[in-house]
Amino acid sequence: MAMFEPAPMITRLKQLNMAAYAPFIALLLLILFSSIASESFLMPRNITNVLRQVSYTGIIALGMTFVIIAGGIDLSVGSMVAVVGVLTIMIINGAGDGWWAVAMAISSAIALGGVFGALNGLIVTRGKVASFIATLATMSIFRSMALYTSDAGEMVSENSHFSDIGGGYLWGIPYPVWVFLLLAIIFHVLLKHSAFGRHVCAVGSNAKVASYSAIKVRWVYFMTFVIAGASVGISAVLLASRLNSISPSDAGIFYELDAIAAVVIGGTALSGGKGTIWGTVIGIIILGIINNMLNLMGISPYLQGMVKGLVILIAVLVQFKGDR
Amino acid sequence: MTQPIMQIYDIVKEFAGVRVLHNVSLDILPGEVLGVLGENGAGKSTLLKIISGIYTQTSGHITLDGNQVSIRSTSDAKRLGIAMIPQEFNLISSLNVFENIFLGNEIKKGILLNKPMMRHKAHTLLTELATDLSPDALVETLSVAEKQMVEIAKALVNDSRILIMDEPTTVLTDHEVEIFFTLVDTLKQRGVTIIFISHKLKEVKLLCDRLAILRDGHLVSLDDVSQINEKDMARKMVGRELNQIYPHRNEPSDETVLKVHHLSIKGVLKDINFALKKGEVLGFAGLIGAGRTETAEAVMGLRKKDTGDIEINGQAVTIHTIADAVSHHLAYLSEDRQGKGLIMNFDIPKNITLISLAAYVRGLIQHKKERAVAQEYVKRFDIKAASLNSNLINLSGGNQQKVYLSKWMDTHPNILILDEPTRGIDVNTKKEIYHFIRSLTEQGVSIIMISSELEEVIGLSHRVIVMRSGEIMGELSGDAINEKEIMYYAAGLKTMKQEA
Repeated sequence: MAMFEPAPMITRLKQLNMAAYAPFIALLLLILFSSIASESFLMPRNITNVLRQVSYTGIIALGMTFVIIAGGIDLSVGSMVAVVGVLTIMIINGAGDGWWAVAMAISSAIALGGVFGALNGLIVTRGKVASFIATLATMSIFRSMALYTSDAGEMVSENSHFSDIGGGYLWGIPYPVWVFLLLAIIFHVLLKHSAFGRHVCAVGSNAKVASYSAIKVRWVYFMTFVIAGASVGISAVLLASRLNSISPSDAGIFYELDAIAAVVIGGTALSGGKGTIWGTVIGIIILGIINNMLNLMGISPYLQGMVKGLVILIAVLVQFKGDR
Repeated sequence: MTQPIMQIYDIVKEFAGVRVLHNVSLDILPGEVLGVLGENGAGKSTLLKIISGIYTQTSGHITLDGNQVSIRSTSDAKRLGIAMIPQEFNLISSLNVFENIFLGNEIKKGILLNKPMMRHKAHTLLTELATDLSPDALVETLSVAEKQMVEIAKALVNDSRILIMDEPTTVLTDHEVEIFFTLVDTLKQRGVTIIFISHKLKEVKLLCDRLAILRDGHLVSLDDVSQINEKDMARKMVGRELNQIYPHRNEPSDETVLKVHHLSIKGVLKDINFALKKGEVLGFAGLIGAGRTETAEAVMGLRKKDTGDIEINGQAVTIHTIADAVSHHLAYLSEDRQGKGLIMNFDIPKNITLISLAAYVRGLIQHKKERAVAQEYVKRFDIKAASLNSNLINLSGGNQQKVYLSKWMDTHPNILILDEPTRGIDVNTKKEIYHFIRSLTEQGVSIIMISSELEEVIGLSHRVIVMRSGEIMGELSGDAINEKEIMYYAAGLKTMKQEA
């Protein structure tokens, strides 16, 4: 059997894994439904709003995708937004007025996120604590750090340029959306076309096989937390800039849930080993549109959590069916 | 004539349009041991998975005691008294023997578990099975053979009348296999019907009453075991004459490529010394647990050594991690293909390049080059798969092993350690692997082959080292390489030390 003659079209279609396209199909259906249900949905202003709203959690979800594919989870991202946000505003206020202070704030936010992520990574890989427990603990620690350093008060930026980055537009599209899309492309390339990305999938699929294949399993797993942390840093500085302030008690609340939900809706296996960045992008947009539609249709905000929960359940059920 | 207990009519199974079983019809008689033989991918596992409810047939039907039955799930099968003893056991290691035996069939007193009753019944059952296994032993402390016993007892508690065993003896030592044989007799006396898959023709001949042979999804023959000899079995499985399973030996050179001095790991290995010549096959024989895998893993940097020096081509080298070993062109195919060797949800190219990935990266992974190289290995080893993109889980055991071999060949090894390289593999693929081993040695690659199949150790090795309880008991070469000598050393009846 010399192999691989092109299979007839029908067979090839049958072999296509429908579950892999489920998020994309769901998004199309949702857009179709929304544009019929509400006239204002397709207005450019509404669309940019939805995209801007999802970009903060979306950026975090991109980093979270790596952690989940490697077989872990990071519950601390929401609290990390608050502590990075608070520290960033302290830094910018201390650095004075001017663009260079803004630049310093941005880079220190990313670095701080990376450091906090590294802390998670160290606890998980060196301390051998399950990521769920480790990040549950740091979730509490980070929130507390944010509250303590700010004395539980709202931190307001005194820099006159800072709010421009979160509130600015390029070609009619908000900066945070650009950052989100650019990061999605970079992360996609990292996941699918770099040795690191391949190693992340290998570690998440079977860590034992990975270690027997000379892959530095602990280093790879550690780095996924650093990536998640750096993503949180980016998100935190954009959010702080958009509001020109940060509230240590409210910032980032439930972000971990949205980020994890987006990853799961996007078809990434919670058990690790496989997943895509574009799936996560679609996942977070689906969440954003659902929120948006509930608002446009005047449905009680108290019901939004329920709808979100149902969508996550459906996504997991579809995934589970695809696995069998 | 006896009424068949189960009749299989015209079973067809297709996966994604590819037909893997072609109208297979088969009668199974009550109380018989039916052997099912076939190469990897012949469809025997598929057939048995249909009977045990893991797969559902595309067409055809099955009757049990003359009544048509529909087996759509493993719980249907369980209800009908059909049990499959899997190769990977489904036991809960933190529970003890009787708790596992009654898992899902707990005896209760009101809402509480009736543990004394379960313990008592388990004890009776185990005694009937002629084993002294304690019902209170923790499963994680059991040997593989004992775990198998627990699986069988579990099936009997379910009142299973048909037991399907998928290569039950591959994981057993020779002594354990003997115990297994008596167990099968006991089961027969209880009226249990057994369907038995194996690759070991000798065993099939000894154990079975009738033999069904599958090839490429067709049932090619169904014979009384007395009517067929091993040679015919092999011929029917492969579809042609199989000659020269073991290729001629080449002459290794005098050059020593690997030297291991005083390798010790406390409680595991004791002062292991050996040398390997260029182009040589050095067999490692011994019973399971003799320390052969541990030796290989220590050499590869996968286990921490307490003492031990390694010399490659006369140079002392430091190997602390497997990456160090790879950089010295050492390769190691683990006995645990699925657990340590391959990523089952990766496709063929991704598995092949997993270790050698750096060679395919220029900033980013060069997917085209990666696939082209994988395609070459597919051709070279005649790997059979629906496509290059097939995940490894969809390949048969023999083809998985070939992918595993490709994965390590892509690191360009000079020294290749093969740990049970033909476990769970059909005769034809075995032969391919033997010839490949020989062609490698002819190219100057040196091979350490750990194997529990004495026949292949004897058929391929230039020298054989026999281990027992973490020590080297003896080294054989030339005519001294025979079954009797190896067993003497492996069983501890003879050691080199006494002779010296």
